[in-house]
Amino acid sequence: MTAPALEIEGLSYGYGRGFALDDVSFRVNQGEFTALLGPNGAGKTTLFSLITRLFEAPRGAIKVCGITMRDHPTKALARMGVVFQQPTLDLDLTVRQNLHYFAALHGIARRDASIRIGEALERLDMAERDGEKVRQLNGGHRRRVELARALLHKPDLLVLDEPTVGLDVPARRGIVEHVHELCRTQGMAVLWATHLIDEVHADDRVVVIHKGRILADGSVTDVNRTNASANLTQTFHRLINQVAA
Amino acid sequence: MSPHYWRALQGIVTREVLRFLHQRERFLAALVRPLVWLLVFAAGFRAALGLSIIPPYETYITYETYIIPGLVGMIQLFNGMQSSLSMVYDREMGSMRTLLVSPLPRWFLLTAKLLAGTAVSILQVYAFLAIAAAFDIVLPPLGYLLALPALVVSGLMLGAVGMLLSSTIRQLENFAGVMNFVIFPTFFLSSALYPLWKMRESSVTLYQICAVNPFTQAVELIRFALYAQVNWEALGWTTLALVIFLGAAIQGYNPARGFMPRRAQAE
Repeated sequence: MTAPALEIEGLSYGYGRGFALDDVSFRVNQGEFTALLGPNGAGKTTLFSLITRLFEAPRGAIKVCGITMRDHPTKALARMGVVFQQPTLDLDLTVRQNLHYFAALHGIARRDASIRIGEALERLDMAERDGEKVRQLNGGHRRRVELARALLHKPDLLVLDEPTVGLDVPARRGIVEHVHELCRTQGMAVLWATHLIDEVHADDRVVVIHKGRILADGSVTDVNRTNASANLTQTFHRLINQVAA
Repeated sequence: MSPHYWRALQGIVTREVLRFLHQRERFLAALVRPLVWLLVFAAGFRAALGLSIIPPYETYITYETYIIPGLVGMIQLFNGMQSSLSMVYDREMGSMRTLLVSPLPRWFLLTAKLLAGTAVSILQVYAFLAIAAAFDIVLPPLGYLLALPALVVSGLMLGAVGMLLSSTIRQLENFAGVMNFVIFPTFFLSSALYPLWKMRESSVTLYQICAVNPFTQAVELIRFALYAQVNWEALGWTTLALVIFLGAAIQGYNPARGFMPRRAQAE
């Protein structure tokens, strides 16, 4: 049996006296688009910081394709592509220079990297801009470059932290559709953090998080049925209001 | 070194050099600062500051010649702080995350980043030495070559100071204050501009502070290397300071115990 692309078990993390994450557990299976849905301040970014090992949780476990992050961080990180909420490109370098830098960090030989960069940019309609400085690109194009970069090393798991923040509607839709396409055609597992319900498709899996706790976990249909709601918007508000009450 | 490590090191150094070359103002500032000291300050103080013959010099030298190693150290000190500033900026802007989530041990990533910053500082140093030579301030030919290993050690040590600072500074706005508190005392409480025996004549306490200042040791290491000699004591102290500062910086960026989780809490 194949290990889940991401498995989180009993993860807790606190800042001072309060809990930012409290006993969080869920899985992302291969080929599955999982939306991590939560309002601002729910704990999504803290969870991403732990999944990407920017910092380490004292309690709980994170496994990527069966590899425990705490024991084998480099092996686990090698299987993961990451798009952070904040832009992380070098503005003064060209698109191609940025991608070569990332390829080098993943140990990809220069010739192989050049081929992969060409293909990745082609797929995202960015091939003609590879010599442009990132500073000259608009927000949507920068996001596409970051997505191309996250896929260069052919990861099994792609994690994205609110990747459409600040984008206009067509750019947002383009990125959402492209990532769904990756799940369908390449069997990639995706964890997509968002507070925008319209980014979640009917056949996706959804994990609802609020105040550091998981409130719901399952397919969109199942989560709606369990909460006796007609749609995900209703489910989401019902769950959040229950916690507030 | 495995191919992965080697490629990552190449990538990190290439990125740092490219960024430096793209930022022409930074390149210019890096050269103008020591040149002003060399061509203006030194000319003004030449008469006021008499120098005796002390190792590694075997004859009387001009004041301009004396302060060359100190100004080389100054370039590396400023570059270390500049790298530290860019690390704080990268962290605030997010690009530091790209480095830290790479599938390589964090100590290696930080050391590679340090090497990259040192490579940039050495480019600046040789550009400065070339301009100084154009003004007839020349050193023994072999010294230019033999100074290279010393520049690597001193550059790494001063870069490690910057890296340690970057792991403790929470916001970019706090950086200017740190610059004033670190750079100027470090530079003036050293042998960069005057030999330590002159300082001892004025104040024994200040002399003792100057003597234990790692920057003094770095400057003396460079000074001797420029005259094809090894100052073992300076090499030992500079290396020790490098190990301590780098170790503390790596600890500062440790995902479990370091400053990053505390910073996230502040955010």
